[in-house]
Amino acid sequence: MRDLARTSLVPLPAKGVEAVGLVSVTKRFPGVVAVDDVSLGIRSGEVHVLLGENGAGKSTIVGMLAGLQLPDEGHLTVNGVPVRLASPVESLAAGINTVFQHVMLVPTLTVFENLVLGDAWWHRPPRALIEARIAELQRDFGLRVPLDAITGDLSLGEQQQIEIARALLRESHVLILDEATSMLTPQGADELGERMRRLAERGLAVVFITHKLSEAYRFGDRISVLKQGRFAGEIGPDALAAMAEKDAVDEMVQLMFGSSDTGLASAARQSRPRGACSLKVSGLSTQGGVEEMALSDISLEVFAGEILGVAGIDGNGQKQMAEAIAGQRPVTAGTVELESRNVTQESVGKRRELGLRYLTDDRLMEGSVGLFAVSENTVLKEIGAPPFWSYGFEKPARIAAHARDLIQRFSVRTPGEATPIGHLSGGNIQKVLLGRELSGAAKVVVFNKPTYGLDMQNIAASRQRIRDIAEGGMAVLLISTDLDELLELADRIAVMDRGRICGVLDNDATQPAEMRTAIGRLMVGEAPAEVDA
Amino acid sequence: MEALLTAAFLSSLLTGAIVAGIPLLLAGLGEQMSEKAGVLNIGIEGMMIFGAYLGFLTAWSTESIWLGFLGGMAGGMIVAALMALLCVRLGLNQIVIGIGLTLGAEGLTSLLHHFQFSRTYPRLPAPLRLDLPILTDLPVIGPSLFGRHPMVYLALIGVIILAWAYRRTNLGLTLRAAGEKPAALDVAGGHVVLIRTAAVLFTGAMAGLGGAYMANVAAGLFIPFMTGGAGFIGIVLAMLARGRPVWVLIGALIFGAALSLTTALQVAGSNVPTDVIQMLPFAAVMLVLVIWGRKARLPAALGLSYERGAR
Repeated sequence: MRDLARTSLVPLPAKGVEAVGLVSVTKRFPGVVAVDDVSLGIRSGEVHVLLGENGAGKSTIVGMLAGLQLPDEGHLTVNGVPVRLASPVESLAAGINTVFQHVMLVPTLTVFENLVLGDAWWHRPPRALIEARIAELQRDFGLRVPLDAITGDLSLGEQQQIEIARALLRESHVLILDEATSMLTPQGADELGERMRRLAERGLAVVFITHKLSEAYRFGDRISVLKQGRFAGEIGPDALAAMAEKDAVDEMVQLMFGSSDTGLASAARQSRPRGACSLKVSGLSTQGGVEEMALSDISLEVFAGEILGVAGIDGNGQKQMAEAIAGQRPVTAGTVELESRNVTQESVGKRRELGLRYLTDDRLMEGSVGLFAVSENTVLKEIGAPPFWSYGFEKPARIAAHARDLIQRFSVRTPGEATPIGHLSGGNIQKVLLGRELSGAAKVVVFNKPTYGLDMQNIAASRQRIRDIAEGGMAVLLISTDLDELLELADRIAVMDRGRICGVLDNDATQPAEMRTAIGRLMVGEAPAEVDA
Repeated sequence: MEALLTAAFLSSLLTGAIVAGIPLLLAGLGEQMSEKAGVLNIGIEGMMIFGAYLGFLTAWSTESIWLGFLGGMAGGMIVAALMALLCVRLGLNQIVIGIGLTLGAEGLTSLLHHFQFSRTYPRLPAPLRLDLPILTDLPVIGPSLFGRHPMVYLALIGVIILAWAYRRTNLGLTLRAAGEKPAALDVAGGHVVLIRTAAVLFTGAMAGLGGAYMANVAAGLFIPFMTGGAGFIGIVLAMLARGRPVWVLIGALIFGAALSLTTALQVAGSNVPTDVIQMLPFAAVMLVLVIWGRKARLPAALGLSYERGAR
């Protein structure tokens, strides 16, 4: 940060020259080889996409480039010279700036303070210089940087722009963007793509990490595919430019999965005649807080055998709504009716008994007790109730038998029912929770981001299960930030924005592009589409 | 009641507020910096008593009260260095280590004092006073406010310097970032471990100075366990002050006044039992916590150790 006072970007290496490289890099974590003998060259003037599933090693590579981790074998190079980046300070000094998946700004500081953070402690760079350079960035890249705003008050998209601006204020040769579109609206993602293009034209090496194939095609010059920690292949700039999107996607899928079948391409559900109204929410409102969105006047109906999708940018009240419906959050107004019975005043346990089930997105913190065995987690919501407890005494044999049955029915991959659930992978924990929620007479199931953080196989399996649940006559409320998931599964899609339902659309599977645009507009609070509720 | 409003009573209350308030102020200012940086420094009571012991010992053997203050700072910093090593570098639990250091320092100083002085409590000569002409002659407030030891005025200057540094330099920013989101500071090129270590050492120096003031100026002698919870009140002050040194000063004077009510009420000839009066500062702590504590916003990463790359 010594260079904040400069007035223009530093001269960068010529285009196409390797700015940063990985040479036979291997990184191990306990029990896992996260990155296995990977060599990569990141060139100036290119947007280089690193594509791979969860666990493919993308974030570990980011960690090594950012100086958070050191490789166990192999080394990194900067401008062709081998280097050892042992700390973020050294990585920054080498001209490598990283915008992490999770925002790395201090929420309580102002934007200006975040920009100068990391500078020597005894002084503060003159504000006029920063202002001048920010104005320049605003002009060249359309970055909006409100210097005096409190960072935590800004949306995640705005915070990301600040992180990019901070990277550009420094002597940056390489800009790494880790899963940078996961928090953005479709429009925001496109803006980011445009911005990356302009930065690359300026001569920066841009590394864009994603698991979304269409973004990789649209934003990238060169695509490197990682698979289970190994380098699986590359599509170079010339080849990529010559390909149509469909061919490129086929090629990427081929590299990522070894076959062109993702298992996700199953046809969208057909809308079927509705059953009776299973869940009716009218005028539901809750109190907000510093970091919590207040709900205002939420009304929706879910019918038996139907999947009602809830779209929206993360943090617009989806979790609060799910919790209010499940009874975990006090409401200030409105009612929740379960099969025409008003349950607004009922406890969580009573609602569960009546057939309302809620699968939290927070599998480890809220959904399970990591240190407890799988078997204990399967009856976590029935503690003290027969047949698993009798006169206050636990019946371990009955619990174990119940757990084994659940493990088998939901094909949970675990060494045994006595294994602590925290040792299982996210997908398998999800299966246990789903099995727990579906046991007994479930009538309405609320899912909050059910496939978040799972790998492709588990995503496909989870989606199939959600489909099966609806086929079985239950009403499903499916909250998701993944638009593709909603378009694939839902009969109708409600859109949430700032704690309200701003529209409900019938899912038209024949016109996904139009649906996407209509939903995207609603998500960012633009013109209301035809409302059908 | 009228007896309580005499000049003698008010004068001794004001004097007491300052004499008892200065160690609280010093401890509170020190704790404030640790808390800003994300370290809940429960060991501050131990740092104070060690500072009081070493401060007294230095002053007694060198016959210089100023060297005594330096000794006090060194004493506080010895305990603080242990705290920084265990909690900041090695990431051990700050509460457990803090309690351990406090109990350890209290026991060790009692033992060392007993070895050297047995059951006697030697006194230091009366401390120097900075008599400001004219001002000292004012009725009631004159002798209380303007006839004090120079350390009182140094502490007040310290409030101003800290307030300036927190606002105007990147120091305050770096501290706040280390306490709110250390990972963000780390990737921005800051040094989390370094700034937290420095903050803990500063706390030790300030707490040690406060302890030395108690022994060398306020009491003129060292008695085992003499800090009697002043460090803990410092923690409360730091938490209520929301990062602002001026509020530590105001809080310290209020608690100092509560602490000195014992003497003032005796001067006024009140017949309230001293045990009840000695309880007052702690009752005041609880009252203040009930009223304002709910609004105090603590740093998000307070009490959490930072390890790079851990999620």
